[in-house]
Amino acid sequence: MEGHSTYQPQGKIARWFESRLPLVGLLHSSAVSYPTPRNLNYLWTFGGILTFMLICQIVSGIVLAMHYTAYAPVSFARVEHIMRDVNYGWLIRYIHANGASMFFIAVYIHIFRGMYYGSYKAPREVLWILGVIIYLLMMATAFMGYVLPWGQMSYWGATVITNLFSAIPYVGETIVLWLWGGYSVGDPTLNRFFSLHYLLPFMIAGIVGLHIWALHHVGQNNPDGIDVKSVAKDTVPFTPYATIKDVFAMVVFIMFFAWFVFYIPNYLGHSDNYIPANPLATPAHIVPEWYFLPFYAILRSVPDKLGGVLAMFGAIAVLAFLPWLDTSKVRSARYRPLFKQFFWIFAVVAVGLGYLGAMPAEGGYVIASRILTVYYFVHFLVILPVLGLIERPSVMPASIADAVLARGAKGAAAPGAKA
Amino acid sequence: MIKRSILLGALAAVAIFAAPANAAEGTDRPHRESWSFAGPFGSFDQGQLQRGFKVFREVCASCHSANYFYFRNLAQPGGPGFSEAQAKVVASSYQVTDGPNDQGEMFQRPGRLSDHWPAPFPNEQAARVANGGAYPPDFSVLAKARSYHVGFPGFITDAFIQYQEHGVDYIHALLMGYVEPPAGTTVQPGLHYNTYFPGHQIAMPKPLSDGQVEYTDGAPQTVDQYSRDVSAFMMWLAEPHLDARKRIGFQVFIFLIVLSGLLYFTKKKIWKNIAH
Amino acid sequence: MAHTETSGTNRRDFLYIATGAVGTVGAAALAWPFISQLQPDQSVLALSTTEVDLSPISEGQIVTVQWRGKPIFIFNRAPKDVEAARAVPMSQLIDPQPDQDRVKSGHDNFLVVVGICTHLGCVPLGHQGNYDGWFCPCHGSQYDSSGRVRVGPAPLNLPVPPYTFTSDTKIVIG
Repeated sequence: MEGHSTYQPQGKIARWFESRLPLVGLLHSSAVSYPTPRNLNYLWTFGGILTFMLICQIVSGIVLAMHYTAYAPVSFARVEHIMRDVNYGWLIRYIHANGASMFFIAVYIHIFRGMYYGSYKAPREVLWILGVIIYLLMMATAFMGYVLPWGQMSYWGATVITNLFSAIPYVGETIVLWLWGGYSVGDPTLNRFFSLHYLLPFMIAGIVGLHIWALHHVGQNNPDGIDVKSVAKDTVPFTPYATIKDVFAMVVFIMFFAWFVFYIPNYLGHSDNYIPANPLATPAHIVPEWYFLPFYAILRSVPDKLGGVLAMFGAIAVLAFLPWLDTSKVRSARYRPLFKQFFWIFAVVAVGLGYLGAMPAEGGYVIASRILTVYYFVHFLVILPVLGLIERPSVMPASIADAVLARGAKGAAAPGAKA
Repeated sequence: MIKRSILLGALAAVAIFAAPANAAEGTDRPHRESWSFAGPFGSFDQGQLQRGFKVFREVCASCHSANYFYFRNLAQPGGPGFSEAQAKVVASSYQVTDGPNDQGEMFQRPGRLSDHWPAPFPNEQAARVANGGAYPPDFSVLAKARSYHVGFPGFITDAFIQYQEHGVDYIHALLMGYVEPPAGTTVQPGLHYNTYFPGHQIAMPKPLSDGQVEYTDGAPQTVDQYSRDVSAFMMWLAEPHLDARKRIGFQVFIFLIVLSGLLYFTKKKIWKNIAH
Repeated sequence: MAHTETSGTNRRDFLYIATGAVGTVGAAALAWPFISQLQPDQSVLALSTTEVDLSPISEGQIVTVQWRGKPIFIFNRAPKDVEAARAVPMSQLIDPQPDQDRVKSGHDNFLVVVGICTHLGCVPLGHQGNYDGWFCPCHGSQYDSSGRVRVGPAPLNLPVPPYTFTSDTKIVIG
C-alpha cells in the first residue's frame, strides 16, 4: 500500500533529510496514514501484541544474559543467583519465562484468526508462509531457551528433542553428534544452545520485518474477507484508529501476562525443572512446555520412530501449504457455513491433542491421540480441499462499507453509525 | 448449537481421560493447607519463618544442604526478620572452610554473612555413604521442585485462584505421612513407609517427633506444627522475594486497571463517529 | 451552544492528556527494574569486607590484597620512611594531606591505600620512583611513602579505604 503517504516534511532540515532518506515518510505511510479496513475486530490486535512480546523477550533476555553463565556445572546456580541476588532479577526472569508462554498464546490466537478468516489466501500466501517460518523459529528459540536453566526438564527435554534427529536414516546419528558436541547432551550442547538462543530472536525480528512489509504491500484481510474497494469508504487511517485499539488490547493482554508473572509465575513451568540436571536419572513424567504438547502428542501417536518424527514435522509443514490446500475462493468463515463448523472441530482437536500430549503415553490416551492425529491431517489434506468444491458460500456483501452498514442496521439503534 | 455440542463432547472426553490419571498415581494426594503466603495478598509470617528456621537448623540441616541459602538472607527484607547483628551471630556459630592461606592451606574460620549455609557433607558421594545410599536433596529450591498431580479441572481452577502452594502441601504431608505400612506390604530394609511418597518407600526415617524442638513463642511443639513451620521456611528459601512480588503485583494491577480504563474511553471517543 | 462545544473539547483533551500521562508514568516505572538490575547485586554487596593478618608483613615490605575486586597496598614502613613522609612541607604536595591523617595512630608504620592510580586506574609499582613509594607505569605519576601524589598527571593521593584494627596484627577493610 505504498503511495498513500500524505507526509509533507515541515521545515528546512526535515526536507533536507527526507530528500536523502525518506525514513519519516516510510514510517508515516506504514504506521500513520496506512489504510486499515474499518471492520477489523479485536482479533486483529494480536499482530501488535506479538510485536510487543518479541521486544519484551529480547529486552528481558539481553538483561538475563548479563547475569547468566552457560556452563553446565554452574548454570542452575546462576539462574538462582538471578532469582535471589540480582536487583529485580526474579521479576525479569519471570517476565522472560512467562513471556515465552504469552508469546505462544498470542501466536496461536493469531494463527487461528488467520485460519478462520482465510487470511492465507491470495494474495497473502507469502505473508502466511513467512508467518509459518516465524512460528518455526519461535519453537526453536523457545526450546533452546528452556534448556538454559539446566534443570531436569531442560536436560531431558534437550535429550529427547535432539534424539528426534537420530530417526533420519543414514545421517541421523551424525547429526545428533553435531547437535550435542559430545556423546550426550552436555556442556558443549548448553553453550551452543545459548549462542543460538541469543541469535534466533534477531532472525525472528528480521522475518517479522518481511512479514509486516508483505502485509503492508497487499493490505490487511478483514473479518468479512472482502477486498478493499474504496479507501475512502472501506478504510480508516492506521493512526489514530488502529493505534489506539492496538494499545488498548495490548494493555489488557499485559494484565493477563501480569497475572502469571506476579501471582502464578511457576504455573506454566514444571516443578522438575527446579531439580538440577542429572544425566543419570530421567524424571517420572517428562513433558515439554505446553505450547509443544499437540505436536508431542502427534509424535507419540505413531508407533514408529521415523514415522513419528515425520508426522510431527509434517504437522507443522502442512501449514505452509494451507493456501493451496484450501480450494475455496471465499476467505472468511463468516460466509462459509460448512467450513465454520469444521474450523471449530479442528480447534477442539488441536486443544485435545495438547491435553493428550501432557498425559502419560498409555492405554486410552494413545488411542485417542491416534484418532485426533489422523483427524488433524484429514482436516488439511482431505476436508479443506473437498470443502472448497462442494460448499455453497452464503451471500456476501458487495463491500466492507456495505457489510458494516448491514450490521449497523441489524443492530437497529446502533448509535453513531453515520458513515 | 453444533459448536456447543462439540465443545461439550470434547469436555466429556477429557473428563473421562482425566479420571484414571488420578487413580494411576497410587499415592494419596496431599491435603491443601492454609498458608499465610498463599493468594494475591499473602505474605510470610515472620514468627513462623523463625520457628521453621529453628527446625531446619536443629533437625533437617544435619543431613540436608541449602547451598543457595546465605547467612545474609536471614536479615533481608521479606524474610524471617532477623537483625543483621543476629544474622552475624548465627553465621559466626558455624565453621566454614576458607583458603588457601599464604601457606597454601585451606583453613576453618567462623562464618560471615557472605557465606552460604555450610553443607553437612562435602559432596554427594559422602552424603550417600552416610545415608544408606540415598542423597538428601538440597533444600534451596525444594519447595518449588516438588508438586503433585492435580488433574482436570483442578489445574485450570488453580490458575484462577492463584494456587501455587503444591510444593509445601507435599512437604507438610510427607512429614506427617509416616504411618504403619498396611498389612501385606513389605518395606525394603533401610526404607520407611510413607503415605505420600511416590512408591511409599522413603529412605528418610521419620525426622520429627513431638517436643523435639523447643519453641519460645508458645506455638505448639507438635510434629504438625513443626512440619508446617519448616515447610513455610522452605517456601521462603525457594522464593525469598515472594512478599515483594505480590506487593508489586498489586500495585501493577491497580495501575493497569486505571490505564486500560482510560484507554478504553479514549478508544471509544476516537471511534465514536466511525461505524465498524 | 458554543459554550457546550468548548467544554466537550476540553473533556476530550483531558482524557487524552490523562491517558498519555498515565501511560508515560507506567513506562517509566517499567524501566526502573531494568536499570536497577545494573547495580551491584546482593552477593557483590555482601563481599564488601576483607580481613588481613599483618603479622607476616616484614618491615619495608609491601603486600597487595584484594578488597571489592580492587588491589589494596599494605606497606609496613621503616621509621625512616615515616619520618621522610612527615618532613615534607604541605606546600610541596599536589594534594596536601599530612601523613598522620592517612594512618591509624599507634600503628603509624602501616600504610593501607587503594592501589589504583588516581589518573586513569592503573596499578602503580611499589618501591619505584623518586619518593620511596610508587611509580605508575602507564603515565608516569609518582607517589611517596605515604601514598601521596608527588608527580602528575595524577591529581589526587592514593585513597585510604575504610578499615579498622581488630587486634594489633589484624585489620578488617570495608
